[in-house]
Amino acid sequence: MNPLVTPEIGLIVWTTVSLAILFILLGKFAWKPIMGALDERERFIEDSLSKAEAAKDEMARLTNENDVLLKQARIERDAILSEAKKVKDQIISEAKDAAHKEGARQIELARIEINNQKAIAMADVKNQVATLSLEIAEKVLRKQFEDSSKQDALVAELLKEVKL
Amino acid sequence: MYNSSILKIKIFTLLRICAVFLTLTTFSIPAFSQEEHAEGTEKPFEPSEVILEHIADSHSLHVWDAISIPLPVILYTDKGLEVFSSSHFEHGHADYTGKYYTYRLVSDKVNIVGENNTLAESATVAKWNSSLIDLSITRNVVSMWMGILFLLVIFFSVASAYKKRAGKAPKGLQSVMEPLILFVRDDIARPNIGYKYQRYMPLLLTVFFFIWVNNLIGLIPFFPFGANLTGNIAVTLVLSVITLIIVNVKGNKHYWAHIFIPADVPVWIWPLWWVIELVGIISKPFALMIRLFANITAGHIIVLSLISLIFVFKSLYIAPVSVAFVIFMDVLELLVAALQAFIFTLLTALFIGSAIEEHHH
Repeated sequence: MNPLVTPEIGLIVWTTVSLAILFILLGKFAWKPIMGALDERERFIEDSLSKAEAAKDEMARLTNENDVLLKQARIERDAILSEAKKVKDQIISEAKDAAHKEGARQIELARIEINNQKAIAMADVKNQVATLSLEIAEKVLRKQFEDSSKQDALVAELLKEVKL
Repeated sequence: MYNSSILKIKIFTLLRICAVFLTLTTFSIPAFSQEEHAEGTEKPFEPSEVILEHIADSHSLHVWDAISIPLPVILYTDKGLEVFSSSHFEHGHADYTGKYYTYRLVSDKVNIVGENNTLAESATVAKWNSSLIDLSITRNVVSMWMGILFLLVIFFSVASAYKKRAGKAPKGLQSVMEPLILFVRDDIARPNIGYKYQRYMPLLLTVFFFIWVNNLIGLIPFFPFGANLTGNIAVTLVLSVITLIIVNVKGNKHYWAHIFIPADVPVWIWPLWWVIELVGIISKPFALMIRLFANITAGHIIVLSLISLIFVFKSLYIAPVSVAFVIFMDVLELLVAALQAFIFTLLTALFIGSAIEEHHH
């Protein structure tokens, strides 16, 4: 048999022994830590990616929430504003009403006062006029009724005129 | 800045190695011819002899020209263990008498010599020789240990980088090795084995890098590299037997059911089926063994043949052509070195995957 294709027992033994030692040494001190580190790194990357994805989702959720909140806030603000406007209008109209009423009352009071004053003044004037008239009349009468006959005639006439 | 300068130095070293590689490929011409001179001036150049000598294992480590480092010879005889240096053989020119027998190197193989210095003449000498187990530290064993040392240094430093720089991006050697490790995991183990791939990662990684590094070491043509380790049938045999054992030990009930009680096959065909399946069990790793062996050996043979052309034509003018082809082949062999490591690992993963698959059909 050709020596090229005849396996030598010595080399078989040494190859087996050497490969076994190499396998044990590399397996224990090289492949184990290397494969472990590679797996760990891959896990880490995968983890990081999924975390990033989760963070993105969370971000989207938060943005969404913000939008909703903003919309709600806007609606609320509008509601508050319209409420305030209503209240303002109401207050103004109430104030106007009140002012109106008060004005009317004041005018009424003034009118009453004026009337009163007028009445008083009129009464006064009447009194004055009466007093004056009486004085005039007295003076006139005094002049006319310097004699008693005339006095009596007038009294009689007056009595006739008076209708009680 | 610091890193880039280191990288530049590394690239520079690589270029220098390539340059030395090329010069040696060219300068090995006189070395070869001198060797021829030393052995016998009249003998015509025999490329197949030179090539086979390189392809085969050796008891000494050839350094340069006539200089070579002797390696320990370890023999397990029926009488006991013999350990001595291969320098006693004086490159096959002398016999060595150990504690139990006298030994002679015949075409780089240790044989026991009988009383009257003859080889396997009598039945007793033949019996001695058949019980002789050569456990020598040969060139291939040294090359393998060198490869293992490289692997240990590289991956221990990478592993420590992972520990030191936990959670950080890879750097330096770590970032060179990480894509390769991920390649084995994501393109070899995961698609072929499935979710249980993690248990087989140490095996696949070890096999992949062992084959690749030793393929590359075999491509470097000068001392102390250049041994044809992964092109040696004994090494590929061990590698494929590992695959054979793993596949059949880990094979689940579906795997064995498919072999022994095939569902859609009539019972009377079953014996034939068993034979075919048995052949299948053996032939898969056998193909692995032959594929790696043949590819790497063929690469070495082609490169050496191209260099031998110079001596066959006995002309230096053929050298540029040879060198050009050798460069082409070496580049191709770089691809083959990685490709064969990939294919071996891929097929191992595939066989394991089909043996542990949960649902057949």
